[in-house]
Amino acid sequence: MYVAVKGGEKAIDNAHALMRTQRRGDSAIAELSVDQIRQQLPLAVDRVMNEGSVYDPELAALALKQASGDAVEAIFLLRAYRTTLPRFGYSEPLDTEQMQIERRISGTFKDMPGGQILGSTYDYTHRLLDFSLLAAGEAEVAPEEANALSEALAAGNSCPRVLELLNKEGLIEQSREAGTPDEVPRDLTREPVNYPAERAVRLQNLIRGDEGFLLSLSYASMRGYGDSHPFSGEMRTGRVSVELVPEELGFPIEVGEVLLTESEMVNQFHGSKELPPQFTRGYGIAFGRAERKAMSVALVERALRAEELGEEVLYPTQDQEFVLSHTDCVSANGFVSHLKLPHYVDFQSELEMIRRLRKEQVQRTESTTKEEADA
Amino acid sequence: MSTATGYNFAYLDEQSKRMIRRAILKGVAIPGYQVPFGGREMPLPHGWGTGGMQVTASVIGEADKLKVIDQGADDTTNAVSIRRFFAHTAGVETTEQTAEATLIQTRHRIPERPLQADQILIYQVPIPEPLRFIEPRESETRKMHALSEYGAMQVKLYEDVARFGHIATSYDYPVMVNNRYMMDPSPIPKFDNPKMSMMPALQLFGAGFEKRIYAVPPFTQVESLDFDDHPFEVQSWDEACAICGSDHSFLDEVITDDNGSKMFVCSDTDYCRERVEQGFVGTAADLPIAEVGTN
Repeated sequence: MYVAVKGGEKAIDNAHALMRTQRRGDSAIAELSVDQIRQQLPLAVDRVMNEGSVYDPELAALALKQASGDAVEAIFLLRAYRTTLPRFGYSEPLDTEQMQIERRISGTFKDMPGGQILGSTYDYTHRLLDFSLLAAGEAEVAPEEANALSEALAAGNSCPRVLELLNKEGLIEQSREAGTPDEVPRDLTREPVNYPAERAVRLQNLIRGDEGFLLSLSYASMRGYGDSHPFSGEMRTGRVSVELVPEELGFPIEVGEVLLTESEMVNQFHGSKELPPQFTRGYGIAFGRAERKAMSVALVERALRAEELGEEVLYPTQDQEFVLSHTDCVSANGFVSHLKLPHYVDFQSELEMIRRLRKEQVQRTESTTKEEADA
Repeated sequence: MSTATGYNFAYLDEQSKRMIRRAILKGVAIPGYQVPFGGREMPLPHGWGTGGMQVTASVIGEADKLKVIDQGADDTTNAVSIRRFFAHTAGVETTEQTAEATLIQTRHRIPERPLQADQILIYQVPIPEPLRFIEPRESETRKMHALSEYGAMQVKLYEDVARFGHIATSYDYPVMVNNRYMMDPSPIPKFDNPKMSMMPALQLFGAGFEKRIYAVPPFTQVESLDFDDHPFEVQSWDEACAICGSDHSFLDEVITDDNGSKMFVCSDTDYCRERVEQGFVGTAADLPIAEVGTN
């Protein structure tokens, strides 16, 4: 009996209803609120904001809830929302030197103006499961002094960036040549990317790129597939104010602040005919507390500067088109998952082709055998 | 019909639509040339028809009647999903009948029924670059197109001839448009290639995540690549459609039992329906036709 593949409409509705039930889980267990996700899964929220390209912890938390905790699905939800938002304008460049620092680590100097600030971190924790969390007990909280100190630090004065200290001595490249005018970077969500892409576009692409992909690429480049094994000059996390110049005012006003993690890498550079040996920079920045992301961006970013610095492009991590065309988790997931869509027609074409090729081969073999027998 | 609240007609904002229409016009002016455009993020995944949807959203009007097919059928899940999207966001009338549609968005097929001058066929394109699997770099393929340097593709096809005795590409079969640009017809079976040439309807192609739009204007020559001694040919079947008896349409193979018994049916469901209405019958006409769920 022929079963027609009909009824797609009803099937889709039912599948979605089933998904909602599955997402809710056992209804005897209290439902998770968006506020709880935002407060208690902040690192997941930060990842969704970064790759979703929207700074909105509440919406990112909502997306995570709606996506049953699947980061890629949540990022997709936030992206699809972002694309419908009107643009009021572009902010002034952020001044991360003025950051209210909550954590700051340099791998290059033991101490420097502003000092090292450990802040809150998973680093140095022994990765032992904490069964007291399983027992639904309250986790141990920070002592009062630590909180007070951290608040005092954040409110304190800004401190210069570590790489600027090297810059004063001329040991590191200028982030741009003196006298270069300000350029408004192209917005890659509005314009298609043409290769080769300029540094601002590359950075935009990497910052919304998949964290896992970038992490692995930077790992590969550190292990020798890309010659990028730098020093972490500085990694800082804190709040930075965002300013906008409304057309009718003509001067910048503060519209809010964002929590950012910034990473600056110091790479070796052996010099070229034109340039004396000096350190080069790899730069990464991300929303929220996203050190792994910011560092991966900085590593890959530096590897992608190979061509501009006259280095030989030998590995995928140094290849713009390879890296930038494949960073986006929404695109990657869409294209891989589209294999679930019907391909009956193409497969039918291949079936017909392979049957024909096999038949022809059998015929050829038969006729050769016959000729041999005749001979 | 009501449209989705909070969203513009057909989802995209008017500025984005204008940008896409400009790309379409450029594509029509340079048949077969891939026009880069500022592809927007859509609420459907990339690779699931976002390019076609952006083109549809940009050309659709309130008076349009939209048909969406996937693998030739109106009732495959993704076709249903995209048709609903426009019914919801644009409130336009939808149809399953090729004859009465003004816009047809398609994935992997061209309808069997010849299209007319007042219709637009919109293809969903996953990879717009016909040379991609020969040269993965966009910066290189753009040069190859600019110089009409298409020898590499002829070599690839020749290698098929040398190894198998004939060209072994069965779908996504490259074409030359208006004797100038090599074009990827999207993964339609090569069976459909001849329909593209001199078609009275406008053909638009949208590749969403690759951010490219291209077009074949009405009555434009589209030639499938081949060799003088190995001319282009389309698939044919020994069987006929089990439902309508058609021996000239593209057939899907359906496995009917655990022993691998099979039957062949038209991939274009509307064409098959039309023929059954006209009184054509196939060998399975007396068999009960079960439907999973209802529409």
